[in-house]
Amino acid sequence: MQTQIESEPRVSYSSRRDSELVPRSVVQARNLTRRFGRGETSVDALRDVSLDVPAGRLTAIMGPSGSGKSTLMHILAGLDRPTSGTVEIDGTEITTLDDTPLTKLRREHVGFIFQFFNLLPMLTARENIVLPLEIAGEKVEAAWLEQLVGSVGLAERLSHRPAEMSGGQQQRVAIARSLITRPTVLFADEPTGNLDSMTGGDILALLRHSVDAFDQTIVMVTHDARAATVADRVLFLADGQIVKQLTDTTPEEVHLAISELGKE
Amino acid sequence: MLRIALRGLWSRKLRTSLTAFAVVLGISMVAGTYVLTDTINKSFNTLMASARADTSAVVSGKSLVKNGATSDQPTVPASLLARVSSLPGAASAYGVVETESARMIDAKGDPVGPAGPPALGFGRDPASIGRDGAFKIIDGRWAKGPGEVAIDVASAKKAHVSIGDTIRVEGSGPLQSFRIVGLLQWGSSNSLGGATMAVFDLPTAQRLFGLGGRLSEIDVIAKDGVSPARLVAQIKPLLPPNAKALTVDEQIKEDQSQWSSFAKIIRYALLTFAGIALFVGAFVIFNTLSITVAQRTREMATLRTIGASRRQILGGVLTEGLTIGALASVIGIGVGILLAAGLSALMGAIGIDVPRTATVYAPRTFVISIVTGVVVTLLASLGPALRATRVPPIAAVREGAVLARRRSSRLRQIASGLLLATSLAVLGVGLFGSFDQSSQRLLTIAAGCALFFIAVALLSAYFARPLARIVGAPGSTFGGTAGKLARENAMRVPARTASTAAALMIGLALVTFVSVLAQGFVRSIGVAIRKQASADYIVMANDGYSTYSNAVAGRLARVPGVEKAVALRTDTVIAFGKQISITGFDPKTASSVYKFDWQEGSNASLAKLGGDGAIVTDSFAHKHGLGIGSPLPVQMPDGRKLRLRVIAVNKQPELIELLGEVTVSEKAFDAVYRNPKTTLLTYLRTTGGESEAVAARLRSALAVFPSVQVLTEKKAIDTQSSGMNTLLAMFYVLLGLSVVVSVFGIVNTLALAVFERTRELGMLRAIGMTRRQARRMIRHESITISLIGAATGIPVGIFLAAMVTTALSRYDIVFSLPVSSLVAFTLATVVAGMLAAILPARRASRLNVLEALQYE
Repeated sequence: MQTQIESEPRVSYSSRRDSELVPRSVVQARNLTRRFGRGETSVDALRDVSLDVPAGRLTAIMGPSGSGKSTLMHILAGLDRPTSGTVEIDGTEITTLDDTPLTKLRREHVGFIFQFFNLLPMLTARENIVLPLEIAGEKVEAAWLEQLVGSVGLAERLSHRPAEMSGGQQQRVAIARSLITRPTVLFADEPTGNLDSMTGGDILALLRHSVDAFDQTIVMVTHDARAATVADRVLFLADGQIVKQLTDTTPEEVHLAISELGKE
Repeated sequence: MLRIALRGLWSRKLRTSLTAFAVVLGISMVAGTYVLTDTINKSFNTLMASARADTSAVVSGKSLVKNGATSDQPTVPASLLARVSSLPGAASAYGVVETESARMIDAKGDPVGPAGPPALGFGRDPASIGRDGAFKIIDGRWAKGPGEVAIDVASAKKAHVSIGDTIRVEGSGPLQSFRIVGLLQWGSSNSLGGATMAVFDLPTAQRLFGLGGRLSEIDVIAKDGVSPARLVAQIKPLLPPNAKALTVDEQIKEDQSQWSSFAKIIRYALLTFAGIALFVGAFVIFNTLSITVAQRTREMATLRTIGASRRQILGGVLTEGLTIGALASVIGIGVGILLAAGLSALMGAIGIDVPRTATVYAPRTFVISIVTGVVVTLLASLGPALRATRVPPIAAVREGAVLARRRSSRLRQIASGLLLATSLAVLGVGLFGSFDQSSQRLLTIAAGCALFFIAVALLSAYFARPLARIVGAPGSTFGGTAGKLARENAMRVPARTASTAAALMIGLALVTFVSVLAQGFVRSIGVAIRKQASADYIVMANDGYSTYSNAVAGRLARVPGVEKAVALRTDTVIAFGKQISITGFDPKTASSVYKFDWQEGSNASLAKLGGDGAIVTDSFAHKHGLGIGSPLPVQMPDGRKLRLRVIAVNKQPELIELLGEVTVSEKAFDAVYRNPKTTLLTYLRTTGGESEAVAARLRSALAVFPSVQVLTEKKAIDTQSSGMNTLLAMFYVLLGLSVVVSVFGIVNTLALAVFERTRELGMLRAIGMTRRQARRMIRHESITISLIGAATGIPVGIFLAAMVTTALSRYDIVFSLPVSSLVAFTLATVVAGMLAAILPARRASRLNVLEALQYE
């Protein structure tokens, strides 16, 4: 099934999107600035960044190390607060929220995928997947769980613990875990960063599949040029600013864009 | 969330059990104490009740003095017996004599039975004995007539004697020989806590124990249909003023209450040490959980990102604490039950067999143990749990374990400083303030100490680094690279090192404290004794505090070479509503050994003592506004009232007072205290001072008083101190438990550090560190942590001892450092550190280098 998704021509999923219609934006960032440190040693990781994340699309954020791409995602996801500027997720301004409403927002609207998977080692795959529901005190929809487990290809592995699984399998569990709550937006932080290239490709395809099959909105920070093959839109950051934007692009174009950024 | 916490604990089984162990020891001591004391209580109560199985009412003497502080034991006149038995409600009545000073001496001249438990002696009417449940004859018959005795089976075995043999008994006078005619036991128990028993007939016992014409009690059996209460009502009109009559149930309750108040003291003493062990255990739990929370930062952060609230994180860590606490309590109760069994076996082994009917498991034991264990663990996990809630979700995306940010360290510093000030204030109030009850004072001091320990533990985080530099220096110099790295490792997270060491600090501080104080006491005892009296020889009971026969002094005075023998009699009297100590001496000879320090009066005043004169101490005179000529009404333990008159005021140190608050002439003393055994000390002046010839003659003169010893003044002072040494040894053992707990804390910290530094250790091994070096590195780190504990604990203990010494300054307690003990403690700490390192060092050395390097 993984191969199935991968073998699908790239055109097929971009064509599924009605690019003519402007989709609703679920995350809106305005004039984001993030300054680290104080005084003379301070560094501006983000400088006046604004962007909209359209619903049901996969947005990739790329850029060289230190470009501010991770900081941008952390702020969009409410993990970090900007020095100035605002972020709205599903209409809620999050940069000023207290911990409790922010936690509630995470439960309802936000999913995460990490570079190091961040599974709980003592729980089985199934337990890890349903953990967000359990934490929120919600019931597990058996049909949805089954569908999800099927689509990430883990039906046989549900009773295994993370230590008994390969990196790719662990990341699949992490993806299922992030999708189980049907979040408004899913943030993926270098999801292929800790995987070999083959497995990384599978994971990218799986993310694309989530967008297509479940209409999932995804924001992904990555170094992986192949992200271009699955992203609807690629934003390029350099020195804390969005410097370029490509839609329906190819790895070659991405490579070119990155090397140009590096030259500047 | 609950499930996650439990699963997490399960996945870290070894660590969880090591953590739990910190509480197990304390709880086992709590549970063990309750089980042991309950069981002994129950056994004694059952025995006491069964001993009066057949009796309806008991007539006995009243004593106004509590806690058995008098040798003048309550009695009733023997003439009362005939009058009671002729009452219409009485079927029969029997006189009983009972004392605790009937020491049997075997053929070799050694006392039978251990020194602690009483040597019981009874006088019973052969017609009545065996009627109640008290005594059972196993072999032979009851004693009848002046030369006969029946003794308990256990004592007969110990003395290697049987029926027909002779045994000597020291009553209130010199040794006397008796023929054994019977072997007996008490109820169904073959031991009464190691007490020995010798049963005579009534007149023999009265003579032997100096109770001519008197009885300890009269047991009355009612006629059918007469209730005990009615019988008591009939008896009451016959009673002299210092006697009482109780129904059997009331009497049993009274018998039991005496024992249970003693048991209570033992119980609270043991529970205090259990409390200390738990306090130290709380530190260990706090520390271990803090480290595991730090190591699981990413896990906590991930939970936050997928929607866990702070409250849920808090709940998760607290659940861990709760589970560890519950687990530890359950194991602790099990260990405690074993401990109780072990202790009573140990007591049996040294001759103080505890009579046991059946082990008592009161529900209260379980409730208190579990509640204490859980509460202590929960309190200890509160800090780490709150820390865990401060883990920011963003920590989920950071590499490696990022320590949760501490509250501003400045704030922490201020808080620690404030706590230190508060603790010192509480300590100060406890030590120097005035309290109505000493229990309140003790509690205040205990609270002050606990706060002080916490404050020092918090503050030690700031000086752990420089301390590690100093105490790690030897290891760093002689331990090669491993030693250097060890020191650096110990300095890496100073807060962690400090709080690990803090657990050890508490145990060491307390050990140091008692050791310094004990040395001070020992020194002061010598000073105080020398200050008050001087003699060539001092005669005292073998145990140093019992009173002995008044015949001793007279006998010694006749020994050639003895110039003067001055006996000090002592007992208790009631004055101004309080029990005070009263002394009797011969005014003609007293000043030859006793150095009076007259505040009012002079040596010439001694001649005025007469029949009603009294010398009082300065503090007593001050307290009650007494001066020469003041009337001093006192009341005897049996209720008789005396009117004394103050003839002089003598200044006396308040530690080891040789004279009581009130001193009267020997004649006046003997006129009111009937017991012929009231001598506490006899001072001897000999011609030419100490000499082996005189000593030998003294010893042979005392051969018929085996419970009395003659010592040179120096030896006598040493004997007083040796009691202190026994007490000190007990304290060391009980505090050792806390040290064991803190050693587990070190094991935990090191094991977690090894786990945390897996990759680093792998790297060190990869670049050529040998297994031996890896082990040495861990060992040196452990020793460094331990020495930090010693370097803080010993000064803290010295400081506390100095404060207490100051508070007790009116007792002239010397402040004196037991240097050799302190050196021994430090060495013991190093050994503890080495022991703690064994497991973690092994783990570090067995690390698979390849896996360690791949470890994420």
